[in-house]
Amino acid sequence: MASTGFALESAASDRGKLRRIALDPLSRVEGHGKVTLLLDDDDQVQQARLHIVEFRGFEKFIQGRPYWEVPVMVQRLCGICPVSHHLAAAKALDQVVGADHLPPTAEKVRRLMHTGQILQSHALHFFHLSSPDLLFGFDSDAGRRNIVGIAAAYPEIARQGVLLRRFGQEVIRLTAGKRVHGTGAVPGGVNRALSREERAGLLAEIYQIIAWSRQAVQLVKRLHDADPELYDQFGSFRSNMLSIVGASGVLDFYDGRLRARDADGRMLADGVDVRNYAELISEEVKPWSYMKFPFLAAIGPQAGWYKVGPLARVQNCDAIATPLAEAERHEFIDHGRGQPIHAPLAYHWARMIEMLHAAETIKDLLHDDDLSGRELVTSGTRRHEGVGVIEAPRGTLIHHYRVGDDDLVTMCNLIVSTTHNNQPMNEAVRRVARRYLNGRELSEGLLNHIEVAIRCFDPCLSCATHALGKMPLQLELQDASGRVIGRLGATPASASPADSTG
Amino acid sequence: MNAASLLLDGLPLPFSPGQTIMEAATVAGIFIPHLCHHPEFKPQGSCKLCTVKANGRYVSACTMPAKDGMEVENNSPDLNDKRRTLLQMLFVEGNHFCPSCEKSGNCLLQALAYELEMLTPHFTQFYPDRPVDASHPDVLLDFNRCVLCELCVRASRDVDRKNVFALSGRGIGKHLIVNAESGRLADTGFSLSDKAAHVCPVGVILEKRQGFKEPIGCRRYDLQPIGMQVGQRPGSEEGC
Ligand code: SF4
Ligand code: FES
Repeated sequence: MASTGFALESAASDRGKLRRIALDPLSRVEGHGKVTLLLDDDDQVQQARLHIVEFRGFEKFIQGRPYWEVPVMVQRLCGICPVSHHLAAAKALDQVVGADHLPPTAEKVRRLMHTGQILQSHALHFFHLSSPDLLFGFDSDAGRRNIVGIAAAYPEIARQGVLLRRFGQEVIRLTAGKRVHGTGAVPGGVNRALSREERAGLLAEIYQIIAWSRQAVQLVKRLHDADPELYDQFGSFRSNMLSIVGASGVLDFYDGRLRARDADGRMLADGVDVRNYAELISEEVKPWSYMKFPFLAAIGPQAGWYKVGPLARVQNCDAIATPLAEAERHEFIDHGRGQPIHAPLAYHWARMIEMLHAAETIKDLLHDDDLSGRELVTSGTRRHEGVGVIEAPRGTLIHHYRVGDDDLVTMCNLIVSTTHNNQPMNEAVRRVARRYLNGRELSEGLLNHIEVAIRCFDPCLSCATHALGKMPLQLELQDASGRVIGRLGATPASASPADSTG
Repeated sequence: MNAASLLLDGLPLPFSPGQTIMEAATVAGIFIPHLCHHPEFKPQGSCKLCTVKANGRYVSACTMPAKDGMEVENNSPDLNDKRRTLLQMLFVEGNHFCPSCEKSGNCLLQALAYELEMLTPHFTQFYPDRPVDASHPDVLLDFNRCVLCELCVRASRDVDRKNVFALSGRGIGKHLIVNAESGRLADTGFSLSDKAAHVCPVGVILEKRQGFKEPIGCRRYDLQPIGMQVGQRPGSEEGC
């Protein structure tokens, strides 16, 4: 069995001529990592590097295990979005057991489970992790910039955040069997349906959930209105975007085909069967990072990288199938005045539109009697390979397995959401650092702004490197000779400069 | 008519001639922790989980014949401490990852760990390297979880008359083997309908492709702690 030992920092050090700055730890990003800023001789930020500590053990760990164990086991990858891994694996293994069309009950129970996960994750991210920055300001007292501070200053917002999340968790519990690490999806279907009572219980709350989700969208819009320059420009950079879209181009978190657009919104690829993902996407390895850098193969690593997640999805799709979220999508698209919106802070807006869509979708599903059906699994001609894709809260998640005749997994490849966003996060940090780094002076303001930029992407750093543990993040500055000349750290409670000696 | 009885934790426990302490307790609905004991098989007293104190001496309840007037201590902190230590040793010797194990909720080892309030493994994990045997078309062997209870050995030998399984090695090196030159289950006469395919108290001998079809939370020991299911047959549970 694989050992879970890992060092705090093991990324290869760069002996180049650039100075470096590293941030430590990035509070309120789920999971941890490390940022190095490389300065050129004129003290300009030339590059930003988000380092993640390696744990590549997982793909190995899964090899030699029976395939039916995989959807349960992959949830150990990540304490943040276990349901997404659970479902992506189950979808890949549907193909292995020849389940090309799931019974409606299975498909809808899974969709409900996944939508519950989107709702709870988006609520957690916006209310608990991001609203303190957005409501108090990036430079406000760090001791107050947390959910406790929000509860004191904006008790109603904090309460809604907590209850939205709890509702999503309850949906997960009823579909997956447990709040975390459920076992509801099995290759070929699910192992439980919902009773009418369970549906009625959720239905009693769903209209309130929809109302609060609408208010959350309004809240983000008010923030944009209050400081359009900040929200439209902070850390902004142009890039391609990637997501799956559902049938007839609608926003679909659970299933669909891959679509990529360029920075101007022009279609680069569409209708790509996820089983051909390897033709669409390549991954580059860089010596200083264990997290790979995916890019669109046809364009190449220089210009082929792309954003995933809410900002990509809401702009990649042609429509949203639920009316309230669709109206909000229109307003969002209009805000771009004919151009795609690339601003990292717009992720929050898109995320809340998605949360509203999730709430509306849950309502529709709960009214569907298929949820209480009896036919739970199916199977067909056995295959040796399967690729599952899902839009996890943070973006496109791909699971790929090969399974031998003896039912054991022989190959596993995962591309997780945060890895797709690797280059975009580096780019956002670079933009912010260029704007806010003053000479060689590490300031708390810089630290805060870098954190805010990374947080927009809602990265889950632990699963991006398949880590089973925690990794603190640091900011470090090195001079041309490779000597550390500055270091800065922040804790969740307070962001205070740490020792600045090398 | 037999009025013979012993004192179990201070209370009279009647028994019939020839019964072991375990059998007498089971009839009366009293739980004595056990792992290698199975009512359908001749007891062999190897796991020592059922250790009780009879007239001041540590004995295995599954093999010890009940005697008139015997004073037996069962549910005491001292004995449960020792049992918990035995469980902890079993956990670290194998690879027992309950959260992703398909036997979770139907596993005797896990149920005992809950019953005896084992909160940590306490000892250092061995992490032994034990590849699974997936050669058989219908049955998977995951040796990572074997607790060497020999129930499969006994079932295959005494009921199926096939002698598919055996223990090999000694001491800490003791392990389960498949009696075939290749060592693979596919090269034996083993079949899913064998008794030995259905006796493993933990997650070693598993019907393939069933995995998590029975929801977690609806399984035997999810519904009721093992201490309240004395004498019930596996499979008699209601489910949910
Ligand atoms: S395989 Fe199961 S039944 Fe056989 S010895 Fe191991 S634990 Fe006991
Ligand atoms: S149950 Fe008595 S020794 Fe194992």
